[in-house]
Amino acid sequence: MKARIHITLKNGVLDPQGKAIQSSLGALGFFGIENVRQGKYIELDIAQSDPAKAKAELSHMCEKLLANTVIENYAIDLEA
Amino acid sequence: MKTAVIVFPGSNCDRDIKVALEAATGTPSAMVWHADRTLPECDLIALPGGFSYGDYLRSGAIAANSPIMRAVVDAAKHGVRVLAICNGFQVATESGLLPGVLMPNASLKFVCKDVLLRVETAESEFTRNYSQGEVVRMPIAHRDGNYFAQGDELDSLEGDGLVAFRYCDERGQLSDDSNPNGSARNIAGIFNKERTILGMMPHPERLADTCLGGTDGKTMFDGLVTALA
Repeated sequence: MKARIHITLKNGVLDPQGKAIQSSLGALGFFGIENVRQGKYIELDIAQSDPAKAKAELSHMCEKLLANTVIENYAIDLEA
Repeated sequence: MKTAVIVFPGSNCDRDIKVALEAATGTPSAMVWHADRTLPECDLIALPGGFSYGDYLRSGAIAANSPIMRAVVDAAKHGVRVLAICNGFQVATESGLLPGVLMPNASLKFVCKDVLLRVETAESEFTRNYSQGEVVRMPIAHRDGNYFAQGDELDSLEGDGLVAFRYCDERGQLSDDSNPNGSARNIAGIFNKERTILGMMPHPERLADTCLGGTDGKTMFDGLVTALA
């Protein structure tokens, strides 16, 4: 199965990279852009055909390595 | 006093800490490769500075899952002291040895300069040769040194006297100007509950000899030797 994982900063965590991107967009002439937050996207193939088992394993991977749950949330999408 | 220094792919302050530890202890430090599964018998483990795994994914995240770290965490549980410096502090938070996380500097810049630190407590083996409130100088060199933890975690750290060092000015006052990376409450270093683990972003090993320009870092190693030898 193919997994697509989005890792994003929790609300309230300062994101200076997002702010820098926002400034740059403003400098380029794009106005009305607010609340830019930068995250990570990871995709991988998992050799597990049971979606529930795959999701459980992927969550475990996120908790253990892919995300730092002190400051990040994760969202997992699966496709066969 | 026996010491071990863990070496990850990308560590670059392993030799510096070895030199500082050997100068203080008079015994050779064991250099332990990250892929090993066992540690030699030792009183203190150093997690050195550097760019383990190129800071890929998150600084210290991949190193924290190295085979050797299971032995390090186990040794720490059994009371072996851990000194986690810079990238080592990042590895320590990622492996759960210490709370919180080191985020990118608020300025987004890599900051490389000497800073002033206020010693928050001398009640530890690491800081026993300093006095509480003393202002010391140590170099920093990092891009991800912005210490963050939730408010209640920070209150808990402070309440239990587990903040080791804070960034300050020459009068020992805390200010935004004296904070090089945006760390919460100007925190530069913290202990675990038992004060057997110290994590800090500044590099004591880089100011531990007059030929390096100062010896404020040497005070820490001498204190450790007195406590643990």
